[in-house]
Amino acid sequence: MTVRKNQAALTADEKRRFVAAVIELKRSGRYDDFVRTHNAFIMSDTDDSERTGHRSPSFLPWHRRFLLDFEQALQSVDASVALPYWDWSTDRTVRASLWAPDFLGGTGRSSDGRVTDGPFAAGGGNWPVNVRVDGRTYLRRSLGTGVRELPTRAEVDSVLSMATYDMAPWNSASDGFRNHLEGWRGVNLHNRVHVWVGGQMATGVSPNDPVFWLHHAFIDKLWARWQRRHPEAAYVPGGGTPDVVDLDETMKPWNDVRPADLLDHTKFYTFDTLEA
Amino acid sequence: MPGLTRRRALTAAAALTAAAATPTLLAPGASAAGHSHEGALEPFDEVYKGRRIQGRPAGMAGTAGMAGMGGGHHHGHGAGYAVFVDGVELHVMRNADGSWISVVSHYAPVAGPRAAARAAVDELQGAALLPFPAN
Repeated sequence: MTVRKNQAALTADEKRRFVAAVIELKRSGRYDDFVRTHNAFIMSDTDDSERTGHRSPSFLPWHRRFLLDFEQALQSVDASVALPYWDWSTDRTVRASLWAPDFLGGTGRSSDGRVTDGPFAAGGGNWPVNVRVDGRTYLRRSLGTGVRELPTRAEVDSVLSMATYDMAPWNSASDGFRNHLEGWRGVNLHNRVHVWVGGQMATGVSPNDPVFWLHHAFIDKLWARWQRRHPEAAYVPGGGTPDVVDLDETMKPWNDVRPADLLDHTKFYTFDTLEA
Repeated sequence: MPGLTRRRALTAAAALTAAAATPTLLAPGASAAGHSHEGALEPFDEVYKGRRIQGRPAGMAGTAGMAGMGGGHHHGHGAGYAVFVDGVELHVMRNADGSWISVVSHYAPVAGPRAAARAAVDELQGAALLPFPAN
């Protein structure tokens, strides 16, 4: 069984194997398919028409399945690898070991945002940015520039305390847990972290930065924590909702998996710890 | 931290100055672009940080400089409004609350399509925008 660990607790060997598997997916061309798929959904998910990957109740199960696909691809390279998660409410500065040269590398230089250290720096030759929205082919970051502070534990707790999964109109205007976690409303958790990292992470091609997976693995863990805290609460809507993925409807692009199939993460992986 | 406070104050002052200057920089009616809940959005056309940014309702006949640039061939969404940076279309989207985002600044809503175009110019740091969908 796959165990997803806090990135801060990874051994040097676990970091090395994770990085090597990610770079092998990039070299083989499989990595960029994930970037392409994500951007296609970013551009097509809209508040007033069909929405599946974002700004909708299926934001959480869609990304759970997306991360499962990516994790399985990593494991086809190295079966020992699992997706780590980044608890940005704890490891919240540019000095976190996450950004060290033996893992993801640090922030970009001020002139052009180019990441200059770590395994994903353009100078290493292993990380061309191919699926992109502008002409620049190098990984960029600007940690803490677009917004100064990552969310705090108190802000996370305030969102975990919301007892309703999601609410009509099932989009970026909704009240409830999902939209507050996604960040279109309220204290802003998930969206704010994308902005804090900057560079490609602030764009529709955000999976170009490997931290995308660690960020979403923590968002996914927060969903699991929310379920543990609210055992009576359910995924909604339950059926008959135009443009929105109901509990028992299949999701694009897979078309063979429903939110109902993804509610219980323990069918696929566990976490090193899971507090409520 | 006095330094940060001062910087924030200066930033706020700059924003106020820009807002006050807006009506004189734009064509009549263009200031309504930030208020999409008031109905149809007005076009805009300006040079921002050395780059030409333009916006117009997607169904509107092309104006000089935008003719034939393909506004309206949106992929999978019905924004009904096209934004261009140096003639290349920027994918933009309107949120339910009337705020806007673009594909290069997707997670940080701004007031309107002109603000989204300006945010895109800031993000690009002089780089060329690629036509969407990229690759």
